Amino acid sequence: MTTFDTNLSPAELKLNMSRLFLRKRLMNFALPAAVLAYLAYVFFAFDVPGLWEKASLDNAKTLVSDSYSYKTHVTRDNRSGEVSVAVEGERKGAYPDGMSPDWVDLGETTVIDLEGGHVVTFGPHTIEYMIPGYGLVRATPSRSAGVQAELPPGDVPEWVNVSKNRLAIKTEAGRLTVTRNRAEVFRYFAGWELFFFTFDSPYYGLGAGELMQRAATGEAGAIFQDFWTNKMWRHQDVAWAIAETLLMAFLGTIGAGLIALPLAFIATRNFMPIRTLRFAMRRFFDFVRGVDSLIWTVVLARAFGPGPLTGALAILVTDTGTFGKIFSEALENVDQKQIEGVASTGAKPVQRYRFGVIPQVTPVLLSQLLYFLESNTRSATIIGAITGGGIGLLLTQAIITQKDWEEVAYYITLIVLMVMLMDWFSGWLRRKLISGGDPAPKRKRAEGKPFLLP
Amino acid sequence: MADLTAARPAVDEIREHYTAHIQRKRLYGGILLAVFVALMAAGFRTADSRNAGSFADGFTRVFDYPSEVLAEAAEKAAQLPGHLVDFFPALVETLNIAAASTLAGAVFGTLLSLLATRGMAPWPALIPLFRRISDICRAIPEIVIALVLIFVLGGGPVPAMIAIAIHTAGALGKLFSEVNENASLKPVEGLSSVGATWAQRMTLGVIPQVGPNYVSYALLRFEINIRASAILGFVGAGGIGYELKNAMSWGQGRYDEAAAIFLLLFITIVAVDQLSGLLRDRLTHGAKA
Repeated sequence: MTTFDTNLSPAELKLNMSRLFLRKRLMNFALPAAVLAYLAYVFFAFDVPGLWEKASLDNAKTLVSDSYSYKTHVTRDNRSGEVSVAVEGERKGAYPDGMSPDWVDLGETTVIDLEGGHVVTFGPHTIEYMIPGYGLVRATPSRSAGVQAELPPGDVPEWVNVSKNRLAIKTEAGRLTVTRNRAEVFRYFAGWELFFFTFDSPYYGLGAGELMQRAATGEAGAIFQDFWTNKMWRHQDVAWAIAETLLMAFLGTIGAGLIALPLAFIATRNFMPIRTLRFAMRRFFDFVRGVDSLIWTVVLARAFGPGPLTGALAILVTDTGTFGKIFSEALENVDQKQIEGVASTGAKPVQRYRFGVIPQVTPVLLSQLLYFLESNTRSATIIGAITGGGIGLLLTQAIITQKDWEEVAYYITLIVLMVMLMDWFSGWLRRKLISGGDPAPKRKRAEGKPFLLP
Repeated sequence: MADLTAARPAVDEIREHYTAHIQRKRLYGGILLAVFVALMAAGFRTADSRNAGSFADGFTRVFDYPSEVLAEAAEKAAQLPGHLVDFFPALVETLNIAAASTLAGAVFGTLLSLLATRGMAPWPALIPLFRRISDICRAIPEIVIALVLIFVLGGGPVPAMIAIAIHTAGALGKLFSEVNENASLKPVEGLSSVGATWAQRMTLGVIPQVGPNYVSYALLRFEINIRASAILGFVGAGGIGYELKNAMSWGQGRYDEAAAIFLLLFITIVAVDQLSGLLRDRLTHGAKA
């Protein structure tokens, strides 16, 4: 029915039209207004204004600077007078006795060159810091009188913090803290120190060229061993963690596919004549999907304890429901003619399924399996953080210590690379398996219902 | 007749060829299957040996915890409605996290997808850059950003929201750009011929074409984000996941609370699943007349 068929007068038509336009205009404003109103509600429900008070800018600063730099601690025990040098102040990053970086000159008086004219001297009794443009700061720690600090005349700048028992100076060159028990200098460097070898390795500090040379002369195994067992970065543990995460995703996804496929037949109209059974199987899929992966993870972690198996099972159970639904929908769309054709040659039921049904649904099943393999790599990271397995666990542990941000940055990089690699790999395999090497037509995926992955 | 006899060897040859082909195919298939089964078995054994509890032990105990929880919940059935009411605000928070992050993610995803689609991008040279950006956003698991932001911003819903929104932007960016590729460029050309700016061309020429698909994908994403925000709550980002963690750490005696939370989460997910399924069906196939 077009407008010309109506017996409305032009005036009425115009009125109708303007009403329609008014409604459209209102909708155009009402929708964004509703969204804005909702966002405003969320803004206050989440207490965003209060967030700024809670937010810690210092934390953010340490996080960012720590993720791409490290600090070397030079520490003097004020009781014994011993000086030690360690990366990040950690025992496993300590320089062996008598060895020090070239900017630290160990001796009766230890001279630490922070560059740019900043020099800290650990004397037998006093600690001196020469700050260019400010002057010489002297501090004498003693057990009885605390820390006696002598500053250049004038006001105390805000980057110097003096009290009876403590002196703290923070400059762009580094940081000096003197307490009764010890004096400590931090110097910051860019990069990830000791990433390849720790100090106890003979290969520490060698250039790539020399390493290649040594590797060629039969030391490759030893070099790899030293790298692999690096105590600071634990390359071996990290590699295992990534393998565990991938294993969780692989076992979970493939296992779910194997379990869901036979069950999916029960949930289809064309293969399962018994209605109650079909209905029950569908509700079962809905139930498994509805019980969130979080709940499955929690329940399974109780039974199996932390580890990759728990994660794999959690993925398996959750995805069984999803796959069951997807597969049964694919099976309902199967073309009956091929099955009839196979049946007409005298095929038995199993052969009918094998040659009439499976070839039709394989592309759908495979592509879904591969999509999920990729997305489950991500889920496995998250589930690992909860149950305790894989790279997710390492990441949460590193974050909980709140100081190894360079390790956090390293793990994040690895996770992102791992997921992107899986994405690429599953896409490649999908193209290879489904279209037999030809580039897949773009529109292929628009068919049927669109599926989206977690 | 002479033809037939002449063709005999050819038929035999074909049959032989065919049999050999099938045998080769079966052999390859068999090898592939064997490798696959071996991989699965080895993977399972590795996972089993690196797990705290073994599969054989744990398998018998799978239903211990649920039955304990259910038994206790049944014992205190009278308190269940009260708990449901108590935890409702936490559920609302989880839903809010999911909804707000889906909204934000959809907005950024739309932008990313428009910037990364050939024919629509204002700077065609930068298309690979925007593609990579959405790839990276998609590759970062939510928990990574959430944990880092919790350290900076303190616990609460905002870190979770930002984390989920970033991931959603990446995921929707990719899906939206696939939708965009199927959209007709004629309206865009028409609009540019009358001097429309890029923003006008996109809002008037592209969005009306792809709108229903966008909304349908965003709804699916909302469903997924509810699950994600529940999980993030478990690591300290507020909402029902956080309550669940608390209720669980109380251990026995408070299992009725855990049961109430399980129930709330289950009902919500099923309800949203059904609702969005209906809506999506209407959006992609049109309203049933």
